[in-house]
Amino acid sequence: MEHITLLIGIVIITALVFDFTNGFHDTANAMATTISTGALGPRVAVAMSAVLNLIGAFLSVEVAKTISGGILDEDSGIRPEVIFAGLVGAILWNLVTWLAGLPSSSSHALFGGLIGATVASVGIDGVNGDAIVMKVLIPAVAAPLVAGIATIVATRLTYRLGRGRAAEDTAKGYRAGQIASAALVSLAHGTNDAQKTMGVITLALVTGGVIAPDSDPPMWVIVSAGLAIALGTYLGGWRIIRTMGKGITDIQPPQGFAAQTGAATVILASSHIGFALSTTQVCSGAVMGAGVGRKGGVVRWSTAGRMVAAWVLTLPAAGLIAAGSALLADQGDWGITAVAVLAVAGCVVIWALSRRKPVDASNVNEVGQDAAAEPVGVVTAALQSVAPPPVGSAATADSTASPDTVSGTTTDQPKAIAAAGSAARAASSSTSS
Amino acid sequence: MSIDWAALGQVFGVSLAVTVGVVGVFTLGIVGTSRKALGPEGAAVATATAGGVPAQGGGATTLARSGAYACFALCAAVVAYGIYLIVA
Repeated sequence: MEHITLLIGIVIITALVFDFTNGFHDTANAMATTISTGALGPRVAVAMSAVLNLIGAFLSVEVAKTISGGILDEDSGIRPEVIFAGLVGAILWNLVTWLAGLPSSSSHALFGGLIGATVASVGIDGVNGDAIVMKVLIPAVAAPLVAGIATIVATRLTYRLGRGRAAEDTAKGYRAGQIASAALVSLAHGTNDAQKTMGVITLALVTGGVIAPDSDPPMWVIVSAGLAIALGTYLGGWRIIRTMGKGITDIQPPQGFAAQTGAATVILASSHIGFALSTTQVCSGAVMGAGVGRKGGVVRWSTAGRMVAAWVLTLPAAGLIAAGSALLADQGDWGITAVAVLAVAGCVVIWALSRRKPVDASNVNEVGQDAAAEPVGVVTAALQSVAPPPVGSAATADSTASPDTVSGTTTDQPKAIAAAGSAARAASSSTSS
Repeated sequence: MSIDWAALGQVFGVSLAVTVGVVGVFTLGIVGTSRKALGPEGAAVATATAGGVPAQGGGATTLARSGAYACFALCAAVVAYGIYLIVA
């Protein structure tokens, strides 16, 4: 009994860690365009998103009864080891894509991890192939298309209607519109994704016999899941925010408003009608649509391509990591310990790699020029984006550093002046609001 | 394997209509309240009709302004409905 309790405890902690990565991975969805257009300062934006995520976690009591939504045969004895291994796969893949600055779906990472762990430990029969197509593959294709097309039309419309007006006159209105729609996305994210973690923890508690089957999650589960996702959101996945807000296309306030409204609408419509679409893919599609919709707007298709490649890889990659973890965890106590130690080591390594080229609130609005010009495979690209900093990264050494000290510390870099300039812009935009 | 095309089509249709509608109405509101009120004639007329505000005295500016506030109110209602969908 003690053994089970310890294992359940590990699963709960792992689920909360996943919830945390989910939060900071998905901050970009709600806030990337808001930050890149300067509608809100970076820190204000993530703080607002965090609060709304937390509120969202408490708003809905409709906790996911199945963690995988029918993809797995959960009745055939879902074991805590399998959940644990699946979570480890999802966490590590979330961190890898974060390191590469690529927005990928946290839900798909969770699905992939659980599928991989189930296949490794139960066999292929435990997975429902039709459900994978229906819940993962088709939404993955549909989400960016639906959001993209809606946003293209909306962007065209808003530019056409507002063409007689000076940008300064309309800026305030677009700013308010962006903030409102970003708030909706944050709230929806809190209700959806925090619920997912609550579902995982509740299931772990049920399998451990701690609470009765079909019972609602205890209050401490709701509170801790909400806090974990809010904390992750507040820390902000700046790398992904930069990719979505600046890397894919240059966003202007009308585009940001159109993209954010399109994303909020598609998310709410899809979850209400019952054809759930991934928030990440909806938001990325909306941003691309906004880029296409503006005359003279440029979408950096190489960045978009890397992002799509990450989407394709998410399920198998998280699945592979989870499968390895599941095989190891099946070996007994020492196996589970080994998985836990390896997972923590992996997180530390990825975090250490990220410090070589840090992205935070002070340089989040700089375009990653390196991201635009590499016609290479996604794995190489992902590795390259980890490689030593090509541009302006020293600006993050101290977020309050003045432009002078910044350019002083980056003298060995050819783009130091440009970097300092944009860092100053970013700093002023973050303090002005 | 059955793909739920109906639901997908519905999501697409609703999303497109609501996105374009909200963005359009909100932009009309912005256009109506921005300082250069002598923009294209059509915008002011469209603002007034979209808002359904009867023309009662006042110049075109007042008309555009009240129409714009009606637009913003409509958008606020849509946002409120969105929050209702999230909570429900």
